[in-house]
Amino acid sequence: MAGLMSRTSAVVKAWISKLLDRAEDPSVTLDYSYEKQREQLQNVKRGVADVVTAKKRLELQAQKLEQDVVKLEGQAREALGAGREDLARAALERKTLAQQQLQGLDQQAADLEAQQEKLVAAEKRLATKVEAFRSQKEVIKAQYSAAEAQVRIGEAATGIGEEMADTGLAIDRARDKTEQMQARAAAVEELTAAGTLEDFTSTDTQLDRELAQLSASKQVDDELARLKGELGSGEPQKELGG
Amino acid sequence: MIVRLMGEGQYRVEDALVERLNELDDGAEAALEAQDEVELDRRLDEMWQLVQASGERLADDDLAASDAVIPPSDLTLEETRRLMEAEGFIPDIPGE
Repeated sequence: MAGLMSRTSAVVKAWISKLLDRAEDPSVTLDYSYEKQREQLQNVKRGVADVVTAKKRLELQAQKLEQDVVKLEGQAREALGAGREDLARAALERKTLAQQQLQGLDQQAADLEAQQEKLVAAEKRLATKVEAFRSQKEVIKAQYSAAEAQVRIGEAATGIGEEMADTGLAIDRARDKTEQMQARAAAVEELTAAGTLEDFTSTDTQLDRELAQLSASKQVDDELARLKGELGSGEPQKELGG
Repeated sequence: MIVRLMGEGQYRVEDALVERLNELDDGAEAALEAQDEVELDRRLDEMWQLVQASGERLADDDLAASDAVIPPSDLTLEETRRLMEAEGFIPDIPGE
């Protein structure tokens, strides 16, 4: 047998023998192996909890980013209203990029969901095997000579070691997907956050400032208009005199 | 022979199927060497389908060791390569 099957099998076996190397005495191997299995099961449970938490956080973050994209549209409209087509265009460009990234985020969320399902299934299989190993271990201890026990333990530990390697891979992949999503969400955040965009040149930091100024000055104008409406045309500087 | 579909579970397969799996497996390795992900995935998918269709699923509480392990097709080329390296994709032994 050649090819990927034997190579993968060899990798898994090497991993398992590393796991069991340190114990020579069969009964020590049994207890040691069982202890490692319990640890791995705890790892998997933590891994599942981490992925669920990270996924929830990313979902919330994605919702906020959707709102930010809407905000960019508002900025564009505002800029256009003020006769600044250049600013409106820049805001719309940024919005488009952010939307593309958000679509990618949806795909990654689906990937993460799939990985999470695999991880949960792997946890269940491992839990079943750890329980089977626990009862097997007592039988082996009670019924077999040291030499026979060594062989049987080796088999059982390899069987369960494979499952541990599988769950390890499942955790690793779910974590990878989570990190990829976090990176993409951060990219969208950069696109929608004012003045922090690296892809834009320094003039675009200027652009952000101008947009902010535009918005601020319009707000001042509005306030002034409102005040004027309330006061008639009165003496606005009066109170500042004292 | 007992085959593990990595991340899915173990199956007992007939010798006749093993022959076909070995053929596909050779092609899969060649595809990995050639960095041809489409071909690699195609081979792995076919291996998985054959095992799932013709193999006999082992119970989850069966502690038998596998004679061969087939990686999943949804890994990237890079992930598959890392898996093939002894120090690669499979994470550290817990508690180390």
